[in-house]
Amino acid sequence: MSSATITTAKPFGALAEFGNPAELYHACEKVRDEGFSVWDAHTPFPVHGLEDAMGAPRSKVPWISLVFALFGGTIPAFALQSWVAVEGSRQVISGKPMLSWQAFIPVTFEVSVLLGAVGALLGMLMINRLPQLYHSLFRSERFERFSDDKFFISIESRDPKFDAEGTVAFLQSLGSSHVELVED
Amino acid sequence: MSTKVYTETHQLSDPVAERAPLVLGGLDFHDVTEIVAKPVEDKIQPLWVLAFLGALTLLGVYGISVAWLVWEGTGIWGLNNPVDWGWAIVNFVFWVGIGHAGTLISAILFLFRQKWRTGINRAAEAMTLFAVACALSFPTIHVGRIWLLPWVFPIPNQMWVWPNFRSPLLWDVFAVSIYGTVSLLFWYTGLIPDLATMRDRAKGKIARFAYGFFALGWRGSHRHWINYESAYGILAGLSTPLVLSVHTIVSFDFAVSQIPGWHTTIFPPYFVAGAVFSGFAMVLTLMIPTRVIFGLKELITTRHIENMAKIILLTGSMVGYAYAMEFFIAWYSGNPYEQFAFINRMFGPYWWAYATMISCNVITPQFFWIKKFRTDPVIVFVLSIFVNIGMWFERFVITITLSADYLPSSWGYYTPTIWDLGCLIGSFGLFFTLFLLFVKFLPMVAIAEVKAVMPQANPHWDGYHHDDHDDEPGNDEEAA
Repeated sequence: MSSATITTAKPFGALAEFGNPAELYHACEKVRDEGFSVWDAHTPFPVHGLEDAMGAPRSKVPWISLVFALFGGTIPAFALQSWVAVEGSRQVISGKPMLSWQAFIPVTFEVSVLLGAVGALLGMLMINRLPQLYHSLFRSERFERFSDDKFFISIESRDPKFDAEGTVAFLQSLGSSHVELVED
Repeated sequence: MSTKVYTETHQLSDPVAERAPLVLGGLDFHDVTEIVAKPVEDKIQPLWVLAFLGALTLLGVYGISVAWLVWEGTGIWGLNNPVDWGWAIVNFVFWVGIGHAGTLISAILFLFRQKWRTGINRAAEAMTLFAVACALSFPTIHVGRIWLLPWVFPIPNQMWVWPNFRSPLLWDVFAVSIYGTVSLLFWYTGLIPDLATMRDRAKGKIARFAYGFFALGWRGSHRHWINYESAYGILAGLSTPLVLSVHTIVSFDFAVSQIPGWHTTIFPPYFVAGAVFSGFAMVLTLMIPTRVIFGLKELITTRHIENMAKIILLTGSMVGYAYAMEFFIAWYSGNPYEQFAFINRMFGPYWWAYATMISCNVITPQFFWIKKFRTDPVIVFVLSIFVNIGMWFERFVITITLSADYLPSSWGYYTPTIWDLGCLIGSFGLFFTLFLLFVKFLPMVAIAEVKAVMPQANPHWDGYHHDDHDDEPGNDEEAA
């Protein structure tokens, strides 16, 4: 690496470390109230109630799952079975009517569940923009511990209120044990 | 180590007084990571190698049995008229049943907010996947000409032949394969954050790449966690009716037929209860030794074992009730064929199978009324093995009901061959091989979930307002 230090013209953002969920929670409330918009918290596990402290919106994953289940599962599965019974290969089974729809419910149900589950997982990944194997935050060595026992707040430089020195000072004032600028 | 300070000064008890804590030993978040990552990161133990070789040997037995079956045909089994569903179906239902505990733990207990599930859900879900893999192998090889298996799926073909969607056997294809797939998705979703933990700890390049690849670049973003938790909740919500539907549909394989002893409406609930019963028994059989060998006693505690024993008691009693009710209904129906089928089960040529089933499934769980038995891992382990045996025999008893139907002239006695035995033992090889690979390469306890149920995970936990460990308000321990 030729460029010497992290204080480049345009860093990715500021990263502040906290020791426990309570400190993080109160810090998030303050970042929210300060009016930052492009920022995030990074935690080893979902901290309950943190979405309120962050002012983060509700998830849209359920809608994606519903659309998958209904239009990928329920309707096509039922339609295919009905078509097979009435048109595709007409067979009289136990003297039942051709469109014996009751018999098609189990498969319709199972396929709906399958597509709903696929929709939930894919929807979650899509909204989260994952997989994203590379991310600027991974440049920080300390950040590795987000998956162990440390709690982080990152404020990105894209945020209109971001200015390198001011934001670092602000994060330090929240009681962070370590604040750094992360290279983009 | 700021979190350590809290844990040493405050008792980590369950917020609901008098309940045993879910995590013992005053651990902090980092300790949990260490405990779970240790078996994966340690050098391979000789005991594991030995067990793995044993499992591989059994898997080899399965390979040979299946190869010979494919070459020669299903005639190598003891199947014949009238029992044309032999051990293949017995084993299938046995393994599917075992595969019910994992999703029950991860989905239904999740919806009921049973936090104790976090210690055992990962391993139980893995066990579910492997049991379903074993289960799926049996109908697959039972079709005989396995290269024609794609015909069970509705794939357009030049013969214009479609599967019969009115058949429970076809419902079964969908139910079990979708159950396996959804369980895999659910399990993988739960694994993503823990794979990130393993990635961030990995020393070797290959391990770092492999864990990193499957962790999808997870960075613990709380905006991601919100969507993640939503997806996880949906998966749990979808899996709950799914897990109940699977064994219901498996029971339709029997109940929709006209065979006396099979054509009963009690089958769906009775199969589901039996599946949960056998599944929890298998979880206990696996987890009791595992927690000792891999040092997980603080995460998989006596409370977990006791809770599972209680579920075994409940579902075992339901199964016992179902056995009794079947007899009552056979008598009450006034149908002589139905009555004969049940009397023949108890006193007929297979009385020994019926006796094994009753003693293992009805009597064994009743020991769990006694707290001393529920909380003694050795006793629970031994009893869980009896339940496993009993539930295999239950499926055997049901299947060989075929040996005596309406026409006495068509009665017969079913005897398995060495190849039936090879397939049964071999499927255990497949199961244990997969399970041993799992405990070696993946975190067998859900790290993120366990951390989330520890008292200090709550940002409003009392311990955080006591500042007696430090003269400054909790946020600058590392100022020096």
